[in-house]
Amino acid sequence: MENLESLASRARSAIASAQNSADLEQLRVDYLGKKGELTGLLKGLGNLSSQDRPKVGALINVVKQELQGLIGERKTALDAAAVETKLEQEAIDVTLPGRADTLGGVHPVTKTIERMEDFFSAIGFDVVEGPEIEDDYHNFEALNIPAHHPARAMHDTFYVDEHTVLRTHTSPVQVRVMEAQEPPLRIICPGRVYRCDSDLTHTPMFHQVEGLLIDEHSSFSDLKGLIEDFLRVFFERDLEVRFRPSYFPFTEPSAEVDIQCVNCGGEGCRVCSHTGWLEVMGCGMVHPKVFESAGIDAEQYSGFAFGMGVERLAMLRYGVNDLRLFFDNDLRFLEQF
Amino acid sequence: MKISEKWLREWVSPSLSTQELAHQVTMAGLEVDGIEPVAEAFSGVVVAEILSAEPHPDADTLRVCQVSAGSETVQIVCGAPNARAGLRVPLAQVDAELPGDFTIKRANLRGIESQGMLCAEQELGLSDRSDGLMELAPDAPVGTDLRHYLELDDQVIEISVTPNRADCLGVSGIAREVGLLNNLAVTEPTFIEASPAITDTIAIEVQAKECCPRYVSRVIKGINISQPSPQWLQEKLRRCGVRSIDAVVDVTNYLLLELGQPMHAFDLDKLQGGIEVRIALPDESIELLDGKRVKLGEDTLVIADQQGPVAIAGIMGGQRSAVNGTTTDIVLEAAFFAPKPLAGKARSYGLHTDSSHRFERGVDFELQVHAMERATQMLLELVGGEAGPIREVVSKNHLPARPDVVLRSSRIEKVLGLSLSSSEVERILQGLGLGVTETDGGWTCSIPSWRFDIAIEVDLLEELARVYGYNRLPVTHIRAKLEMNAQPEKHLSIRYLRRHLSARGYREAITYSFVDSQLQRIFNPEQTPVALSNPISADMAVMRTSLLPGLVSAVVHNTNRQQSRVRLFETGLRFIPSESGLRQLPTLAMALTGPRFEESWASSTDAADFFDLKGDMESLLGLARTSEHFYTEATSRPAFHPGQTARIIRNGDVVGFLGALHPSVGAELGLNAPLYLCEINLAPVLEGEIPKYAELSKFPEVRRDLAIIVDKTVSAVRLMEDVRGAAGDYLTNLRLFDVYTGKGIDPKRKSLALGLTFRDQSRTLDEEDVNAAIGQVIDLVEKNYDAELRN
Repeated sequence: MENLESLASRARSAIASAQNSADLEQLRVDYLGKKGELTGLLKGLGNLSSQDRPKVGALINVVKQELQGLIGERKTALDAAAVETKLEQEAIDVTLPGRADTLGGVHPVTKTIERMEDFFSAIGFDVVEGPEIEDDYHNFEALNIPAHHPARAMHDTFYVDEHTVLRTHTSPVQVRVMEAQEPPLRIICPGRVYRCDSDLTHTPMFHQVEGLLIDEHSSFSDLKGLIEDFLRVFFERDLEVRFRPSYFPFTEPSAEVDIQCVNCGGEGCRVCSHTGWLEVMGCGMVHPKVFESAGIDAEQYSGFAFGMGVERLAMLRYGVNDLRLFFDNDLRFLEQF
Repeated sequence: MKISEKWLREWVSPSLSTQELAHQVTMAGLEVDGIEPVAEAFSGVVVAEILSAEPHPDADTLRVCQVSAGSETVQIVCGAPNARAGLRVPLAQVDAELPGDFTIKRANLRGIESQGMLCAEQELGLSDRSDGLMELAPDAPVGTDLRHYLELDDQVIEISVTPNRADCLGVSGIAREVGLLNNLAVTEPTFIEASPAITDTIAIEVQAKECCPRYVSRVIKGINISQPSPQWLQEKLRRCGVRSIDAVVDVTNYLLLELGQPMHAFDLDKLQGGIEVRIALPDESIELLDGKRVKLGEDTLVIADQQGPVAIAGIMGGQRSAVNGTTTDIVLEAAFFAPKPLAGKARSYGLHTDSSHRFERGVDFELQVHAMERATQMLLELVGGEAGPIREVVSKNHLPARPDVVLRSSRIEKVLGLSLSSSEVERILQGLGLGVTETDGGWTCSIPSWRFDIAIEVDLLEELARVYGYNRLPVTHIRAKLEMNAQPEKHLSIRYLRRHLSARGYREAITYSFVDSQLQRIFNPEQTPVALSNPISADMAVMRTSLLPGLVSAVVHNTNRQQSRVRLFETGLRFIPSESGLRQLPTLAMALTGPRFEESWASSTDAADFFDLKGDMESLLGLARTSEHFYTEATSRPAFHPGQTARIIRNGDVVGFLGALHPSVGAELGLNAPLYLCEINLAPVLEGEIPKYAELSKFPEVRRDLAIIVDKTVSAVRLMEDVRGAAGDYLTNLRLFDVYTGKGIDPKRKSLALGLTFRDQSRTLDEEDVNAAIGQVIDLVEKNYDAELRN
């Protein structure tokens, strides 16, 4: 039995010092395998007396089970250490930037138009677009601006020929909708417009969003409410708004809308020419002659229209101080939106 | 128009500060654009008389003047060329404060003491004139404070008058508004009409009655206008931005500013016979007061004598009959020229005058005789002479009609959302000069001759709202029937497309719709663009037939500014003239140049190529779930690389193209790196399909890979189309997973590696099924594409 004990002791220390699972497997084969030492002892049991055989067999089996257990434990420990090592090797600098391409973005004018569309869509306005090369009738005549009307001088029109112009506003889209659809109507018309004017504060092309509402009961006070709401939502501020009588041939009464200067809060600054107010849009009740041109009964229906310059509002919203930047398409500008 | 506050206050003077007054009229629709003091702040300046002016002993350009300042005489050294004995001028005394923080001190100029400074207008901030001393009237009271004498404590209020309010193009009209807004009576200046002292008249024949329904004239003889107009008249005009010429012109301008009635004076001696008011004859021309000779159009109204035109009616007088310093006898004209025939005429001659501005918008047609009386009285008082009787030619039928306008009280409520008391309605309308008669349910209003903008009921509603105050009107919210609108699911919003391209690194650009025709010709030589008849510049003269010229210019703008990696897109209309008319096509364009990736630790520095752009373009087509309807094929087009250009086809129609910019075009534009461009019609990209579910198979799929060698010229996509057809119904996916040229392959050929996936809905496919399909594919490519299998 001396033999068994020394064998067990030798095996225990070999298992404990095994450094990898291959060595461990070799130990298992050496001791517990078919030709292993312990298996050899078991095979030798036949030489013992029938009296000793069960006793010695039991002792050998105890050692066998112990060694199996030790090998299993050692294997688990070695596996865990190997995982540990692998994980250590796999450590990375997680603060490095991710492997992604840079984002692009939409133009601030588009961004501004989309915001406006959202505000008005949410209260049931449709977004309508139309041609940019327009006939004189839709751009002027149908809007109560006959030939040689002094108001035409306000428009600095680009002409293609005597009867064809680059639209000076998006109002002709309203005319087209009025011709094609029956009231009630609620639409906004965003798009490019053109005026033959170019200096520090004018570009020959810019964007407008115009709106039109026609219903049986719509009044100037509704118009005021809608515009005040819009400006509050657009600037996300409670701004003071004022309506000033003005003149547009296609509306009567007509108004210009001023807001308290968003730069100085009405104190007076360079942005508002020290008046404390900024002119931001025009509006009014649809002129009966416009209804007449479109074949809408001005007794049954009333309506209002409003129009604003997108670049102007975008400049005020984002603090852009040079209109021309919108059309330079300089990435350093575009990337800011 | 510019108006002097003092002048306005002669007519009506509410207890308001200048600012309050400006705010009040602004809020009533007369927008004040600016307020400026008529003179900058200064003090210690008095009226003085130069008693003597002797040359300075040591300086050629200076003179030593003895100057009387009333109570004392001082010595002033002065360099102005017009310093002369007897002249009355402004004197800034010692310690005077002048504009620009400038204090006058005793000075010694080349050994001679100077006890103050004689001033030019510019030095007092009165005007830009600095060519000499300001010459005051000979009767200017010596010793009086200049500010007091010239009434300089006044403001110029600049009002932007809208085209409908011609009645406010004069002090009287603005006074009417101010009176109404403050409930104050307006005081018109009173004067005694001059009774005719002579019987001279001039024959007037108005031929074009519809253009000139009223023509009032008067002969005045024996005037003397060799002397300048009095200071007060010059000052009033100056404050309204009008330069003094001579007494006759000044008086006509004065009435234009005060009453809004343009007038004209002819030198009687220079007229040949009587006056005709008629349309210009063929080939007539006139030399105008500004010295320009213009050829008259046959729709232009002129004032003519027997020799020809002497004025373009209502726009500008002619040189031949002009009044000058030696004129003694004149014919004064006060007419009503109808707005419509005059509209646009001045502009057609490149002119815009105070007179044409008013006549185009409408002058009070009952004003002419009154204006003539006032002008006569002023002239006789200023420059003497004797007036003949007033001659008036009027065609009542051609005067503007002023039909009564009915106002229903119900409409006030309906349109303005406001209920106004009857008395308030009447007060406002009467204050505007309307005749108001109460009727059942409203009023009938007669419209005064000065209002050209009141013809229908809403015009009256506007007046009520305006005078009542827009800001006092109620604020309500719209109420509407909320009906849901159709939102076709098939139609993709352009917003998705924009966001998609943004996510792939593209920035949206917005370029002008008009472009340089030279540049556009490079891209689209065969398309004649829509040209503007009045472009703003040569490089913005034609409408774009493609978005690329603009987008390429935007790329160049950026690459010129050290941006090597540029990805831009734009959406918008392009304008294509065609036999069936002009087409305005919504279009998308993309541009890409520079490295594939932004410089990064994790990315390669490879340059992007054709397939980067193509991948981005194809990803767009997938948005509306219709990418399988599109295919591309090689093409060539101007300005593009002959071997790297494809057109995009949907349902047999070419809907766009993409490719590399031709290197020589790129070099010409200053681009150093290849530029890839794509342009595609938006409609087919945005028009998609509604998804339709297909049953999922429960059976496994089988994949087979096939490498074949074909000629380089073979279109892989065409080949795949055919493979798809040959592989049979079990094929569910076909991929091209490798394209190889190089070692081991004939240089004229390429290897394509295809991955074919098969699956059936009802059973597991066996070896035979798949082999049969692969066999058909191999047969096809061998036969049609001269392909060999690669091992």
